[in-house]
Amino acid sequence: MNDPLILGGKEFESRFILGSGKYNMNLIKAAVEQGGAQIITLALRRANTAESESILDHIPEGVTLLPNTSGARDADEAVRIAKLSRAMGCGDFVKVEIMRDTKYLFPDNQETIKATSILADAGFVVLPYMHPDLNVARDLQKAGAAAVMPLAAPIGSNKGLATKEMIQILIDEIDLPVIVDAGIGKPSQACEAMEMGAAAIMANTAIATAGDVPEMASAFNLAIRAGRKAYLTGMGRVLARGGSASDPLTGFLR
Amino acid sequence: MNEENRVYFVDSDTLPPEALARKHALEQDPSARTDHMQYLSGMEVIDSDIKDKVLAAMKAYDYEAYTASDVQRALSHETCSTEDFKALLSPAATPFLEQMARRAEEITKNHFGNTVYIFTPLYIANYCQNYCVYCGFNCYNNIRRKRLDHDEIEHEMQVIARTGMEEILILTGESRTYSDVTYIGEAVKIARKYFRNIGIEIYPVNVDEYRYLHECGVDYVTVFQETYNPDRYETLHLLGHKRIWPYRFDAQERAIMGGMRGAGFSALLGLDDFRRDALATGLHVYLINRKYPHAELSLSCPRLRPIVNNDRINPRDVGEKELCQVLCAYRMFLPFAGITVSSRETAEFRNGITRICATKVSAGVSTGIGDHEEKYEGSQEEDAGDEQFEISDGRSFDKMYHDMEKGGLQPVLNDYIYV
Repeated sequence: MNDPLILGGKEFESRFILGSGKYNMNLIKAAVEQGGAQIITLALRRANTAESESILDHIPEGVTLLPNTSGARDADEAVRIAKLSRAMGCGDFVKVEIMRDTKYLFPDNQETIKATSILADAGFVVLPYMHPDLNVARDLQKAGAAAVMPLAAPIGSNKGLATKEMIQILIDEIDLPVIVDAGIGKPSQACEAMEMGAAAIMANTAIATAGDVPEMASAFNLAIRAGRKAYLTGMGRVLARGGSASDPLTGFLR
Repeated sequence: MNEENRVYFVDSDTLPPEALARKHALEQDPSARTDHMQYLSGMEVIDSDIKDKVLAAMKAYDYEAYTASDVQRALSHETCSTEDFKALLSPAATPFLEQMARRAEEITKNHFGNTVYIFTPLYIANYCQNYCVYCGFNCYNNIRRKRLDHDEIEHEMQVIARTGMEEILILTGESRTYSDVTYIGEAVKIARKYFRNIGIEIYPVNVDEYRYLHECGVDYVTVFQETYNPDRYETLHLLGHKRIWPYRFDAQERAIMGGMRGAGFSALLGLDDFRRDALATGLHVYLINRKYPHAELSLSCPRLRPIVNNDRINPRDVGEKELCQVLCAYRMFLPFAGITVSSRETAEFRNGITRICATKVSAGVSTGIGDHEEKYEGSQEEDAGDEQFEISDGRSFDKMYHDMEKGGLQPVLNDYIYV
């Protein structure tokens, strides 16, 4: 099946993106080997350690790094972090994360639009983490984003598609890949988002804290592929409630 | 006689008679002491109602009124309300400790994964102008005093950095004379050469001074309130700037106003009624979070420890079970807050509690001044300054790192970038 995910002109076969907020080397290895992940986010503030510098040297072949700007509290800080990460050799991809809320870690949509515009102009491939809001998604597209990354639920909450209806609207209305990020707690939720037409899934906590990390990475991989296949195939009719009436309402028509 | 505090009072035979008389007067005669609620000149007053809210809630807290069903209700709620927090801190929650721990573990994993941060404290001076009766650095305690100069600070930091440590917490005794703000700022600038993440635990200062220290490279400020009960506070902090309870209370808020990224909070459990102090600490963090949602907040949970010249000091009614209950309640009420457990606790306790709710531990700890080379590498240090308190967990950085890994946790040395 030739169905690549295209971001910033680059093709990816896998639609599973590994978040690295709670990473370790085993998790990265498992996600790549068992989960087939080709994109791994890396917080620059995490990469800013002697240990992680060596991780940068040991990123498996064929894996694209997606540095994120976590720790940024406004557009200006996000831009500085993104430029630092490019200078460190992390490439042109950047996931914009701007948070001025430490409780839920919700993204700041207004500042995210500003940062996206500045970074896209500076030649970055910008993937902004956002609250699923249609107007904001349109502004992000105008600002030059390569995709939008709406949250499914508060990060780390494992609550699944709490914002399902809003995400569906983005999928329907925005001409960019919609990557569902944050809150996906189990493979079935990842599958559901893919069935809806999401372009990819980003997951971290659900895998990082699983009993068996490689097996869970594999389960996510299968679920994402299943959901994508279902979406491409065209979902069958699902009756909302009960069976169809045997006496049609329009039976009187001649 | 001030019987309740008797255990803390130790007379040094090196004190001149006038000093001794003054010390005794401070200890025994409340009228010899200043008004602890009155700001001293130079202390900035900020517009904040958080103090009043915390005091009111603490005063109204009747923990004996909570029952097992209140605790069960709290455990069944998805988010922990202030009322739930009060129930979880009450004696009625004691039989539910295991359930609280399981809930706390789940919340911690969701927010922090399997990570645990490792840092080390560095005391650069132990001069102090306060008389806090339980503290080894208090101005009447006969200990070896020391203030590291810039070369000595650099040397200590090099020794620590050689272990691989990346986060440092710089501490001083509370003396504006011996450890002025510029001296601390210079120490921070040296630390930036060797460490990636710098916190301070010093006397409270004004907003512009926090701003200066932030510009030097500090991003995290820890201030312990010791006890949130002003009446009890008054009987323990008998002399000096630290005596001023409200100025200390607002320190974290001033630090955030000065541009600091985060702030740490704590009561010293055992000084007063620990349940009330735990409630006040949690509410302090909760209210600061509501007012400054961008700030990264954390909690510590020190218990009283023996000090030089007084080995009778102990954590009183705060046993390990009580401490664990408090920490689980903190975690459920404040899922986003970091929790630091210091080397005052044993290795066994720290190994266990990091699996439940603690997110940060210190390692390679010395609470003395200028003795890291001696402690880390075995060389002799002639004139080290004495320690603030005795530690229980003397594990080195390497040992801590491996013990945390063995417990299924991923040690993190730094998660931060100075922008």
